[in-house]
Amino acid sequence: MTYAIRAEGLVRRFGATTALAGVDLEVPTGTVFGLLGPNGAGKTTAVRVLATLLAADEGHATVGGFDVRRDAHQVRQLIGLTGQYASVDETLTGTENLLLIGRLLGLGRAEARARAAQLLADFQLTDAAGRPAKTFSGGMRRRLDLAASLVGRPQVLFLDEPTTGLDPRSRNELWDIVRTLVADGVTVLLTTQYLEEADQLAGQIAVVDHGRVIAQGTPEELKAKTGGQVLTVRPVDPADLPTVRAIAGEVAQATPEVAQSTVTVPVNDPGVLPAVVRRLDAAEVPVAELALRGSSLDEVFLSLTGHRAEQDASTDVLEGTPA
Amino acid sequence: MTAITAPATPLVPARRLGVGAGLRHTLTLAWRSLVQIKHNPMELLDLSIQPVMFVLLFTYVFGTAIAGSSGEYLTFMLPGIMVQNALFATMTTGFGLNNDLTKGVFDRLRALPIARWAPLAGRILADTVKQAWSIALLLGVGMILGFRVGNGVLGVLAAFALLLAFTLAASWISVLVGVLVSEPEKVQIFGFMVIFPLTFTSNIFVPTDRMPGWLQNWVEVNPVTIVADALRGLLVSGPVAGPTLQTLLWGAGIAVIFAPLSLRALKRRV
Repeated sequence: MTYAIRAEGLVRRFGATTALAGVDLEVPTGTVFGLLGPNGAGKTTAVRVLATLLAADEGHATVGGFDVRRDAHQVRQLIGLTGQYASVDETLTGTENLLLIGRLLGLGRAEARARAAQLLADFQLTDAAGRPAKTFSGGMRRRLDLAASLVGRPQVLFLDEPTTGLDPRSRNELWDIVRTLVADGVTVLLTTQYLEEADQLAGQIAVVDHGRVIAQGTPEELKAKTGGQVLTVRPVDPADLPTVRAIAGEVAQATPEVAQSTVTVPVNDPGVLPAVVRRLDAAEVPVAELALRGSSLDEVFLSLTGHRAEQDASTDVLEGTPA
Repeated sequence: MTAITAPATPLVPARRLGVGAGLRHTLTLAWRSLVQIKHNPMELLDLSIQPVMFVLLFTYVFGTAIAGSSGEYLTFMLPGIMVQNALFATMTTGFGLNNDLTKGVFDRLRALPIARWAPLAGRILADTVKQAWSIALLLGVGMILGFRVGNGVLGVLAAFALLLAFTLAASWISVLVGVLVSEPEKVQIFGFMVIFPLTFTSNIFVPTDRMPGWLQNWVEVNPVTIVADALRGLLVSGPVAGPTLQTLLWGAGIAVIFAPLSLRALKRRV
């Protein structure tokens, strides 16, 4: 197997904070690799090191076989980078932004123009091509960002939180684009705080927290790691939440989480479901929703890190997640 | 979306960049800065209307009071206002650079296989073009209002070259500010707080001997006075060699101090 990205023992400190505390990664060529973690976990720092923007204090990394420090110029010829910090020029139009990059990459005038037109068409931006990027909607803006990172036909693409802040429709559109790219043979390193996004796109996921990879595997392997299932109970009256929480915790022998007027608790024994029902009935708590399901990546994350992923991420994304 | 990426980049990427490629990148990035004007006409107003307004206001409001007639005052003040305007315009460099740094454009450029110095060089080149435009505009408006050059075309060209050279050096201060501050607006605040007092406590608007004694000492050593004197010498009349040489020395001194400081700060920030 050949690896598009390899990193060994990456350490990066910013003053007193350690953003990367020894990260190892191996991304096989032609796959999507997800770096999953909350804000401040070190995902962006890792991408910046791999994309030659930042030097690691310790460790080393190669992209396409080239050392990101020593052969940075070669690495830059192989990669595309899209992230909140690697952005297009808002004052320029869509076309001008892509022209700029094409010209910088050594394309001739006509060639750069053709490439820009093709990418704008591919990403459904032709109608907006002549407008300054600052007038674009969030989804259009991300598509333009992505188009800009594809002008040079990269072999390795870094997508740093590509859908943060996007509405579900734009997010799905972006996911489709990423799938198309992978079908073309591009290797993608994706960072996300959205568990569903990693689940949907990545073949391999590394869970990052406090600058370390704390778990790695396919989404299924990670979900299997927590072993059990999850019990969710939503009382009709939110005032009953403390009672429900106490019952769930007692029966499941675990600490329940309360979010969105719902109590969730990991369970290992399916027998807890009837037990909980009996106890709720005895306590005369009317229940709007009661379910036992396989654990989602969200619970995996919780059990691995001891805390939830970003709140807005989990609420956003969990809606509609198949149980 | 059949072939967004394929065919892939050459299997063996080039090892290094030639200087020619770096210059091409610089020109492309300068193009980018100049195209921005097309989409942000406010910048053109900054570059054009403000200097013209200053010339008109100073000439007709203060002219008679300070120099006896607006025509005479124009001759005295125009070279100086060119210096003031050029110094204000250097802030464009820091403003644009800070914008690129905070908005992420700079990182996008740094992740491309282009010359490391091209983003900064491209910006400075574009800003030099803007400077040339402002200087020419001021001179043109001045001549319409009655300003007469004393040393012909050569004098004008020399004044142009000297002022551009000096602003090129001074723009390193702007680069440093642009790298150090957290948002573009702070570059403008810095410009306002420093350049206003610096240019007004020179001899560009009022002759030195009309000021209080304690202030005269400062005005005489103020580099703005020196550059303004050099431009007066080249454009109108008066000593040329002394102030020109001193202007070049000041420019060299500023560049020697601020260019390395700026580059170090930039390296640290990105």
